[in-house]
Amino acid sequence: MTANGLIQIAIFSVIILLVARPLGGYMTRVFKGDYVFLTPILRPIEVVFYKLAGVDEKDDQHWLRYGGAMLMFNLACFILLYAMLRLQGYLPFNPQGFGAVEPMLAFNTAISFVTNTNWQNYGGETTLSYFTQMAGLTVHNFVSAATGIALALAFIRGFSRASANGLGNFWVDLTRCSLYVLLPVSIVVGLFFIWQGMPQTLGAYVDATTIEGAHQSIAVGPVASQEVIKMFGTNGGGFFNANSAHPFENPNALTNLVQMVLIFAIGAALTNVFGRMVGNEWQGWALFGTMSILFLVGALVAYHFEAVGNPNIAALGVDQTTTAFQPGGNMEGKDVRFGIANSALFATVTTDASCGAIIAWHDSFTPLAGLVPLVNMELGEIIFGGVGSGLYGMLLFAVVAVFIAGLMVGRTPEYVGKKIEGYDVKMTALAIIILPFSTLGFTALASSLPFGVSSIANAGPHGFSEILYAFSSTTANNGSAFGGLTGNTPFYNITLGLAMAIGRFGMIVPMLAVAGSLARKKVVASSAGTFPTDGGLFVAILIAVIIIVGGLTYFPALSLGPIVEHFSMIHGTLY
Amino acid sequence: MLKEIRPAIVLLALFTLLLGLAYPLGMTRVAKTFFPHQAEGSLIVKNGTVIGSEIIGQTFTSEKYFHGRPSATTGTDDKGNSISLPNNAANSMGSNLGPTSKALMDRIKGDVDKLKAENPGAPVPVDMVTTSASGFDPDITPAAALFQVPRVAKARNLDPAKVQALVDQFTKPRTIGIIGEPTVNVLKLNMALDAGVTG
Repeated sequence: MTANGLIQIAIFSVIILLVARPLGGYMTRVFKGDYVFLTPILRPIEVVFYKLAGVDEKDDQHWLRYGGAMLMFNLACFILLYAMLRLQGYLPFNPQGFGAVEPMLAFNTAISFVTNTNWQNYGGETTLSYFTQMAGLTVHNFVSAATGIALALAFIRGFSRASANGLGNFWVDLTRCSLYVLLPVSIVVGLFFIWQGMPQTLGAYVDATTIEGAHQSIAVGPVASQEVIKMFGTNGGGFFNANSAHPFENPNALTNLVQMVLIFAIGAALTNVFGRMVGNEWQGWALFGTMSILFLVGALVAYHFEAVGNPNIAALGVDQTTTAFQPGGNMEGKDVRFGIANSALFATVTTDASCGAIIAWHDSFTPLAGLVPLVNMELGEIIFGGVGSGLYGMLLFAVVAVFIAGLMVGRTPEYVGKKIEGYDVKMTALAIIILPFSTLGFTALASSLPFGVSSIANAGPHGFSEILYAFSSTTANNGSAFGGLTGNTPFYNITLGLAMAIGRFGMIVPMLAVAGSLARKKVVASSAGTFPTDGGLFVAILIAVIIIVGGLTYFPALSLGPIVEHFSMIHGTLY
Repeated sequence: MLKEIRPAIVLLALFTLLLGLAYPLGMTRVAKTFFPHQAEGSLIVKNGTVIGSEIIGQTFTSEKYFHGRPSATTGTDDKGNSISLPNNAANSMGSNLGPTSKALMDRIKGDVDKLKAENPGAPVPVDMVTTSASGFDPDITPAAALFQVPRVAKARNLDPAKVQALVDQFTKPRTIGIIGEPTVNVLKLNMALDAGVTG
């Protein structure tokens, strides 16, 4: 680790700290329907949308209706995207003449984008037309993100409302989020990205004749308009196969910094939205602090092990030391402009959130640096997290934390003025336990079946890590991969697709049930006996709960993968 | 739930029109007006022929050029079989070989042996023997460029000090001195060599 590397991590952290409150304030106003500076432009469009769709803005939906609307919308998204993938050969903007995406892969890709996972069994530049990229993937990058944020808003209303039947209106939340939050930022930052070197064209791939006279085909496309929402909506599905490692998806260190900020921005801002809506911003900052601590630990661990590098490569006479002329470290699967510090930071950020974009191949990370993304995803991506899903995931852990604190003193627990009772804890436990059930269950299945094992690329414990990573990533709706695993097989297209759906909707339904139950309750005034949830003690208990409940579940599996591989590596055992 | 069918379909259609067509096509139009060079892929055109993109790496094998990093990209041959095709900018990918992979160590060992023969005694910079993430990293580290100076100078009958000065000139420092890592763009450096630019 170098001083410069640590400064780069610090700069990124400070930017997130500075973004959280203003963006949180703006989003709070948007979701309350208050006037914001874009209202004069966007309100007319919004009204037309409601009118055509037959939506009554004032219609307050019970949690079952809110959830039903969300599921219906996602079903429509899935059907449309699947159809588009299958029919792209007949659709416009297809200069490379790509034909239909085959059914299994189309199924996997459609679920993947609808659930905000964006797992890449497809290779963008070799499979998808520009029409599919724009009218398909870009649209779902917006609306799956808006869906997650809407759900977080519904959950927050469970806490902020008293004796209420409804959680808001899904259609209104979805539309406002897309129009007022996601689209304006996409336009502004998208233009910045183009200026910095990201292509934005409908032209065919470029045929170049290199200086040495060889032929080089260069894939281009409408990249920037998709790239920005891919990051801001924590989607992460690349325009190209190499994702943000591709120079066209991430031309330089500055665009890289902006991309990382985009990943965390909404997740950080939502903690502030939560604080504002429950009437005490410190409640939000307590969650922000918890997330920041877990983030920094992950970033530093990953950075440390990547900077140390691989002793087996050093043994071959390769110089892995850090000097003024090179960052050194483990450079396999990394690009020079990002080096070690940024690659480790990006890997942490993208898996803390449910983004899944990559600038370096996690499969080639040293074992314990590769453990960091794995653990981040297995905790449920609650460290700033996926847009929306990160906040409601963290709030579920907060419910467990106050429940455990309540057990210790023998008092009915409360969280931001709501009594947490048996039903709430049961539903919370259900939402939390679904993730390890899917991740570990499918990993066990794939590891014991021949067509599960035949897809792995690296032998030894690393091969097991590839499978574990795939199901951790899809269940948590991340979408990054230990890319060596051949995921585009019937077995993996189906099981990974199911893991994505279970991880998304299996968690959302009990979460909404908790929100509905909380909204109906009265607010209890805090008393001397109330456990304060806006201070350091709560942060400490919350971190402990996350590590014990979330982390220990996976420890045996992690031991068989990255941990045993670490000892293999330092003893020079190769596979 | 049936009541929700109409808003689901209508809003999805409207979002597809607004976010899937109007937004990207509008961005394309604006890009064409204000940033035409970047929007097309930062292409370098010489005598009417596109010779590459400023930010996409290409393959150099001749001794008189600086070489880029190893690449794990593949292509297809005439019969449709997958073959190794380094710097294939229409199929980005990495090696995905893990830290205990024997295949990775064997490949690195082969590259190290070749480089050691070329510049005996000098330590081999790690980015010269590891595959990039994109598969066409446009850059090498200053260390990797300096490692190649003796070979390039000899092949071109140039004073190594002059080639080294050119490398220094083409070394791009970190953004505002802090963000990212120092890089040397291989294609631009080689074009400068061919153009007879001296450092």
